[in-house]
Amino acid sequence: MRSGVGEALMKLIADMLSSVRGGRAVFSKLSFEVAGGEALLLTGPNGSGKTTLIRTIAGLLRPAAGQVRLEGGHPEHSLGEECHYVGHLNGVKSTLSVEENAKFWNRFLDGAHEAVETALATFGLSALRDIPAGYLSAGQKRRLGLARVLLARRPIWLLDEPTVSLDEASQAMVAGAVDAHVAAGGMVIAATHVPLGFGKSRELRLGGQAMAA
Amino acid sequence: MSALSEVLRRDLVLAWREGGTVGVALGFYLIVVTMLPLGLGPDLKLLSRIAPGVLWVALLLAALLSLGRLFETDLEDGSLEVMATGPVPLEAVAAAKSLAHWLTTGLPLAVLAPILGLLLNLEPDAYAVLVATMLAGTPAISFIGAIGAALTVRTRRGGLLLALLMLPLFVPTLIFGISAIGAALTSSDAFGPSFLILSAISLASVALAPLAAAAALRLQLQ
Amino acid sequence: MQTLTQRLANPTRFMALSARVLPWLAGLAVVLLAAGLVMALASPLDYQQGHAAKIMYVHVPTAWLSIMGYMLVAVSSFGLLVFRHPLADVSAKAAAPIGAAFTFICLVTGSLWGKPMWGAFWVWDPRLTSVLILFFLYLGLISLRSSIEDEALAGKLTAVLSIVGIVIVPVIKFSVDWNSLHQPASVMRLGAPTIHASLLWPLLVMAGGMMALFGALHLKGMRNEILRRRVKALRTVEVEASAGLARQPAE
Repeated sequence: MRSGVGEALMKLIADMLSSVRGGRAVFSKLSFEVAGGEALLLTGPNGSGKTTLIRTIAGLLRPAAGQVRLEGGHPEHSLGEECHYVGHLNGVKSTLSVEENAKFWNRFLDGAHEAVETALATFGLSALRDIPAGYLSAGQKRRLGLARVLLARRPIWLLDEPTVSLDEASQAMVAGAVDAHVAAGGMVIAATHVPLGFGKSRELRLGGQAMAA
Repeated sequence: MSALSEVLRRDLVLAWREGGTVGVALGFYLIVVTMLPLGLGPDLKLLSRIAPGVLWVALLLAALLSLGRLFETDLEDGSLEVMATGPVPLEAVAAAKSLAHWLTTGLPLAVLAPILGLLLNLEPDAYAVLVATMLAGTPAISFIGAIGAALTVRTRRGGLLLALLMLPLFVPTLIFGISAIGAALTSSDAFGPSFLILSAISLASVALAPLAAAAALRLQLQ
Repeated sequence: MQTLTQRLANPTRFMALSARVLPWLAGLAVVLLAAGLVMALASPLDYQQGHAAKIMYVHVPTAWLSIMGYMLVAVSSFGLLVFRHPLADVSAKAAAPIGAAFTFICLVTGSLWGKPMWGAFWVWDPRLTSVLILFFLYLGLISLRSSIEDEALAGKLTAVLSIVGIVIVPVIKFSVDWNSLHQPASVMRLGAPTIHASLLWPLLVMAGGMMALFGALHLKGMRNEILRRRVKALRTVEVEASAGLARQPAE
């Protein structure tokens, strides 16, 4: 497990980033920076490019112009490998049990062995470990999808609408995990329509006038 | 490496638990081979002569049936986009999943083929060589087929399209498979070269096809 | 400074240039094809096949163009995937149906020629069989493109398929030849390896005419596709404007 000290010196820099989807400019010339120990909330109306931006940072989309880079990251890792990407889909197999799902991502993402217990406990899934994921409610599945961020240590968390279908108690679990990650020097970038209840965060509003608050 | 064996293991577990796909492919193989004598009449000589070809063509169709699902579930539930940010390249993930497909489809179909050979009055000498060519040739079907699965993963009428895209690409595998059997039965010198070329096609597919499949998957995720 | 490729890549420049080239190319096709047909009809008769052999002057050039068309699709696809050339996808998309049409003509003429020669329209001659499989590859390209709604994605996926296809085409050709070589039944082959000069000239003129025809159709197809994309882009802007979604670049 890497210490948080190095991560605090990390800096994610988006430089004049533009994206075109389906022949339409989603955002253009977007520049911002996020340092280790910071949480950035992406807000804005539908279609303002929150998901596109998150997927671009994760390396799933190629920007039409500009670039995103990470300073102070692992020299052999691509930016995508430094990121946990949790999109709208949970990456959960319904015929595998909760624990099997967690163990798969734990091993695939090369996380520490103990991380499985921590992740299940943090997201309140320990009691459900033997249940096939197909039996879970939408909120429980979402928590299992989000639990991935704790299954392997990665400095940058990219969360797209993390609290959709979560009740208040579950939202508090997410906020708790995020606050702990930020306190340890990690970075969190979350797209949202609703307040997420993170301890401290900056806001980047997309669509119309973008500005770093 | 552990990430890849994990993908392989998960696909095998899922195939075992969901069961259906392997069973359907085997059942389809059985029914297609059964329909032929019903259509042609029970002329044992004729059946014996066309048996290797029928068994190979029906195997291609049965393998195609399960290829469509190769990446579909992982795309639908979001696993694929997480894998794209993983520590191993998507090419390796595509290769691991193709290997899982071969283990759960190509291998069982090749093992079932000699039993179906009984229905077609296959010559006794042909059983061993039939299984040998199928074991050597089916990896090409799973690995080249993975390209088609990756290309059609989001399309409407994916299954039919997959057959149209992939069957022409399976022609060399089919021809060299049949050619090797024919050569072995007539004790001709052509068996060695045919079998070697068949194996070479499979090896080349294992090495190259995952590159194209991963390229297609990356495009699907954009 | 722009390189030549970059300048040609500009669709506006391409439209201007192709508008000037197209009539000449089309004219060239008409002249060469007319001359080729006259020369072909005047050429000496084959002592075995009589007039039926004259179908060769259509069949052989279309066979050449069927594989050249596929190569054009593959090269354009390479340009799209590697250099992200703006005209490459337009070229690949326009070339596929034209190539498929030439391949189809090759199959039909080959089969018509086969009837007097072999007594059957289709005898699994290895060359024709290879062309038939090439025709299936073309159908695959066209169907894959048509079954994906997102046009940019459709273009890139089709490009991947065509490159896979061009890698496998020689293996298919090799396997089909191998098959006929090692079959007990003897199969006759079309075409003669040595060809008399009196037959060669009309053939070459016809081939030139067919190439010019292919080129003219391809240019016309590309122009149509560019215009269609412009219309589509204009409509998108119109819809956005009426929905009040006209976006300004975020500063």
